[in-house]
Amino acid sequence: MKRKDFIRYTGMMGLGSLIVPQMPAFGRSIDPAEALQGVDAALKRELADVALNAAKSKGATYADVRIGRYLRQFVATRDKKVQGVSNTENYGIGIRVLANGSWGFAATHVVTKDAIAKAAEQAVAVAKANAKIQGEPVQLAPQKGYGEVSWKAPIEINAFEVPIKEKVDLLMEVNNAAIQGGATFVNAMISAVNEQKYFASTDGSYIDQDIHRIFPMFNVTKIDRASGKFMSRGSLSAPMGMGYEYMHARPEDKVQGVVTRYKGRYDMLEDVKNAANDVQQKLTAKSVEPGKYDLVLDPSHLWLTIHESVGHPTELDRVLGYEANYAGTSFLTLDKWKSGKFNFGNKHVNIVADKMQKGSLGAVGWDDEGVKCGEWDLIKDGILVNYQVIRDQAHILGLKQSQGCCYSQGWDDIQFQRMPNVSLRPGKEKLSVDDMIKNVEKGIYIIGDGSYSIDQQRYNFQFGGKNFYEIRNGKITGMLNDVAYQANTQEFWNSVAAICDSSDYALGGSFSDGKGQPGQSSAVSHGSATTRFNGINVINTARSIG
Amino acid sequence: MAILSKDEAQTILKKVLSFSKADETEVSLGGQQSGNIRYARNAVSTAGEVSNLSLSVSASFGKRTGNATINEFDDASLEKVVRRAEELARLSPENPEYMPLLGPSNFKESIGFLDSTAAMSPASRADMVAQSLKVAKDNKLEAAGFLENSAGFRAVMNSKGLFAYNKSTNVSFSVTVRNQEGTGSGYVDHSFNDVKKLDTLALTKIAANKATSSAGAKAIEPGRYTVILEPLAASDMLGGIIRGFDLRSADEGRSFMSKKGGGTRLGEQLFDEKVNIYSDPMNAELPGSTWSGDGLPIEKTIWVENGVVKNLACSRYWAQKKGVNPLPGPGGGRFGGGGMIMTGGTGTTEDLIKNTEKGILVTRFWYIRMVDQQTLVQTGLTRDGTFYIENGKIKFPIKNFRFNESPIIMLNNVEELGKPVRSGSSILPPMKIRDFTFTSLSDAI
Repeated sequence: MKRKDFIRYTGMMGLGSLIVPQMPAFGRSIDPAEALQGVDAALKRELADVALNAAKSKGATYADVRIGRYLRQFVATRDKKVQGVSNTENYGIGIRVLANGSWGFAATHVVTKDAIAKAAEQAVAVAKANAKIQGEPVQLAPQKGYGEVSWKAPIEINAFEVPIKEKVDLLMEVNNAAIQGGATFVNAMISAVNEQKYFASTDGSYIDQDIHRIFPMFNVTKIDRASGKFMSRGSLSAPMGMGYEYMHARPEDKVQGVVTRYKGRYDMLEDVKNAANDVQQKLTAKSVEPGKYDLVLDPSHLWLTIHESVGHPTELDRVLGYEANYAGTSFLTLDKWKSGKFNFGNKHVNIVADKMQKGSLGAVGWDDEGVKCGEWDLIKDGILVNYQVIRDQAHILGLKQSQGCCYSQGWDDIQFQRMPNVSLRPGKEKLSVDDMIKNVEKGIYIIGDGSYSIDQQRYNFQFGGKNFYEIRNGKITGMLNDVAYQANTQEFWNSVAAICDSSDYALGGSFSDGKGQPGQSSAVSHGSATTRFNGINVINTARSIG
Repeated sequence: MAILSKDEAQTILKKVLSFSKADETEVSLGGQQSGNIRYARNAVSTAGEVSNLSLSVSASFGKRTGNATINEFDDASLEKVVRRAEELARLSPENPEYMPLLGPSNFKESIGFLDSTAAMSPASRADMVAQSLKVAKDNKLEAAGFLENSAGFRAVMNSKGLFAYNKSTNVSFSVTVRNQEGTGSGYVDHSFNDVKKLDTLALTKIAANKATSSAGAKAIEPGRYTVILEPLAASDMLGGIIRGFDLRSADEGRSFMSKKGGGTRLGEQLFDEKVNIYSDPMNAELPGSTWSGDGLPIEKTIWVENGVVKNLACSRYWAQKKGVNPLPGPGGGRFGGGGMIMTGGTGTTEDLIKNTEKGILVTRFWYIRMVDQQTLVQTGLTRDGTFYIENGKIKFPIKNFRFNESPIIMLNNVEELGKPVRSGSSILPPMKIRDFTFTSLSDAI
């Protein structure tokens, strides 16, 4: 190793700690060079066949195997200090079987033929034990085998090939720019993920996939000692299903306006300079007058509202009650879908589920039960028309095959229904943000995501944001503080007045959406163009604690 | 075997240290065995068992530190992980906040491990869930729940002779019971270190009763109300507050503990005088680690006494910089074990209801998120059983509310506290709070 490769793994862990912050426990730390060596597909097929044959010989009527190699890199800085750099690898095999009509699962990090056969046997034993207290036997939608196939995320630069020093230098430059710009504190980090996933099943599929994700982010804080007030502004970046090319912004990726926004690629240095200005303005911005406002919501904000109020309630497992004890159920009950008339939103609202969108966090070729991925409507012209479905749920909707929404965060977790990318289609008429704002008499323009909360059936929500701009008579008049809006999901999506055209469309997303018990994390994108919602209730969140 | 004894852990750690050539080295070893069973729609959905063991080495030359981890334990692997940590240390930049390792200390033996909990099996978990399902099925209700037990250990040794070992067990059980019409819902969530204290049948009956009695909820106007928070609801609201008891963020001006014009609020009367908060790793109901992440002993610590802030946690680095003593914080965060314990009275939740003219009983809160870091204003919703109280009695179930409220303000508006019980990783009393701010209604059940 050379000096420039400094702190590949250092600084993150204090005494007694085994867990790298923000990452699953027990990832093995590795050399960056090791991260670039994949596991041979022929070997993976051989190992997978051991599991499938062992499961079948013990009585499984169906089995699937996931051999996963999960690489994560995390570079974190605070002010003038590198807080930590870490590379981890997590490698192992998970085997899921159907026996006596019930699911069983076992996993092992010992990837030898003996250990795999033993795990397969264990999975069948679990299935048979569970069958004794199982209600209805599992009905698995048929799925054709695809033979040996592969899918690779269409990245330009593998983030794991970019030297650590380049990332550290960029982050230190970002921090310096924030402090030079007047910020009191700044944290900046880059996180990268590479999932090398191999799936095989008794249906005859052997699927090798290579998935990449990246998330640069910062948080800038300015403190006014005299008043005791402090303000923060986070980055306007999005986590993306991309390589390091996301960090190389081009002019066409920038959307100019009251503050520069980004689509496709990101300029971290420019954004942090803007953030340093924004926190200064926020310290003196006026507190919002509560009441009804027309809201103009930027894609960097609206993704989260889509995620919470559309993505989660259209998950079929929630609708059926499988998440009742944790994430909750859904107000979008089957009778509403069956009626074919439930007006989730008004005619402007078209929301699509998509597992293939280029650059998105959810893009894959096949899901974690061997189903080829596609795109389908969830809300069409405002009407609820579909859900998110996996193989053992398809029969409930009368579908002949799954929609490919199965995902597991690792080889050692059971795959289950997770959200595909869920996005609002842009408006068909040409409409810019400036033209949208011109027609607003009393409104608030919100950029960036903030505080978020929604009930367990997804009716009532409250969202904050990063930057709030008051609109009076078609003009932006200044920044506001203490803004949050509250609405009912159905009323909110029926208040859509206009959606900008596709030139304004951008993705936002969640790098770690939690669900399930034990909890699992998934990554998902949500696209939209800037959208206007009329007459939304805005509250003032300021309080005094003396 | 993921749970190593003190001697087994010591043997491995000594061997690893013997390979070290760095100025300072610390080695930590941790393992966990856990099992779980999940059910929904009155049937088991998933079940699993997980076992893990891992070793971490931190080697330092001067202020340069390198870390590496491994989960293989043959001699060659152990030496390899030490060499890797040392190589990385030589390549790393100096850490301006590096603190030399601490020497030996007499840590108390932790009391958190119970064989009964460690010995749980797939069969015993299934039996406990069967008890819960029976309640739901007998009452024509629908249950969804989760039962998980874990046993773990953590050991650390360093080149200055410090050695610490700790092991613990935990079992947690939660169940949501709903009526078939979907018009009522109840919930319980309890954690214990001893599984003998867990009665899934009795707890599911409480959730079932709430499911039935919360059906047919009426809407009442949002606004400011006196609330009675069950211990679970209180822990939902107060869970995050203790993280703010940190000297560095207070000194830096970015905490509710920061003072206007500079300085901290240490020593100030920040809460009602009925509020007393402490942490104690030797508490039998909520045992914690007896040593911290920076190698300090964790003792019983008073954070709030009669409403006055008595202590703020402080890392070794910050303590040296400010010329004060370091102090590990409560909770399982960066400092180590022992959760928040709040004292109270002797009354039950029912006793608090009896003394209430008009108010709202809250079973639990849901989806709490910070709205304002400065004031700790949080938003969230009531869930799984919210009731209107009049003249000392529950009158009728009410629709769920969204709230926007600060736990700081809430702890200034304390009317009465009941008998504390463990809820998650805290011990808290049921509490009666005046002027709690509900801002809108939710149709969710």
